[in-house]
Amino acid sequence: MIFQVKVFVTPKGGILDPQGRAVEHSLKSLGFAQVDGVRVGKFIALNVEAASGAEARQVVTRMCEQLLANTVIEDYRFEVGDG
Amino acid sequence: MKWGVVSFPGSLDDRDALFALRDVLGQDAISLWHKDETLDGVECVVLPGGFSYGDYLRTGAIARFAPIMQSVARFAADGGLVIGICNGFQILCEAHLLPGALTRNRSLSFVCDWVTLRVDNSKTAFTRAAGDGELLRLPIKHGEGLYVAPEDDLRAMEERGQVILRYVDESGRDSDESNPNGSMHAIAGVANERFNVFGLMPHPEHAVEPMLGGDDGLRLFRSIIESAS
Repeated sequence: MIFQVKVFVTPKGGILDPQGRAVEHSLKSLGFAQVDGVRVGKFIALNVEAASGAEARQVVTRMCEQLLANTVIEDYRFEVGDG
Repeated sequence: MKWGVVSFPGSLDDRDALFALRDVLGQDAISLWHKDETLDGVECVVLPGGFSYGDYLRTGAIARFAPIMQSVARFAADGGLVIGICNGFQILCEAHLLPGALTRNRSLSFVCDWVTLRVDNSKTAFTRAAGDGELLRLPIKHGEGLYVAPEDDLRAMEERGQVILRYVDESGRDSDESNPNGSMHAIAGVANERFNVFGLMPHPEHAVEPMLGGDDGLRLFRSIIESAS
């Protein structure tokens, strides 16, 4: 089965995120005074072939750990669609 | 001494590193291709600056999986000397041969400038020709040079003397103004726990003749030559 996967990679809490800070500053300049805690990350879409949703999740975890995220500085989470 | 300079697709400073080693220092330096699987008996591997694989995903993230990097990892595990400059430093961090990571400069701008660096550990194979606290002038040119690592790891690295080079002002003090990219602890260069792998954002290979603006880069290369002989 082919599973559609969405991977979200974001800077770890506590890690300086200059892009997030710049975007937050910009939003505030536009008058969005209520904004806080902006973090800029990456969204990666991919399809993965697997026998089950559990297997797909296992494979994607390995992809994230090995390449898609640098776990020293980034957190990741993903959503696996229906096969 | 036999050196190997690795070229990845997108490497820029491999030629300058070869020039510094061959023409200025009279070393036997060969070019290694990213698809090579052996290191041809070199005694020190140089991972040069540039934008390997377009810096896609993260700087150094793709280069880390080039065939030659497996040999580099084995060479490092056997105690071989490896120096990563700029993008080479980023690759070594991604390959977990060095601790920490390099992220977007605090200013979000690419910086191209000369900086003053303080040698904070001169007992390593990469700095033995310098003195502790000695100041070096080297150029930097990078968009992603902000060194980060978890605070606990940083503390342990500081205790072990793994922070080799720090950005400082002309009087040798590190301050917010003298930190060009926002690196934690003003870190410009670090070594691994075994002190045989070294990464730095400044470019010693661009500072090898007074005509280029300075020759303090030679201090680092000469240290390596001394430690190999």
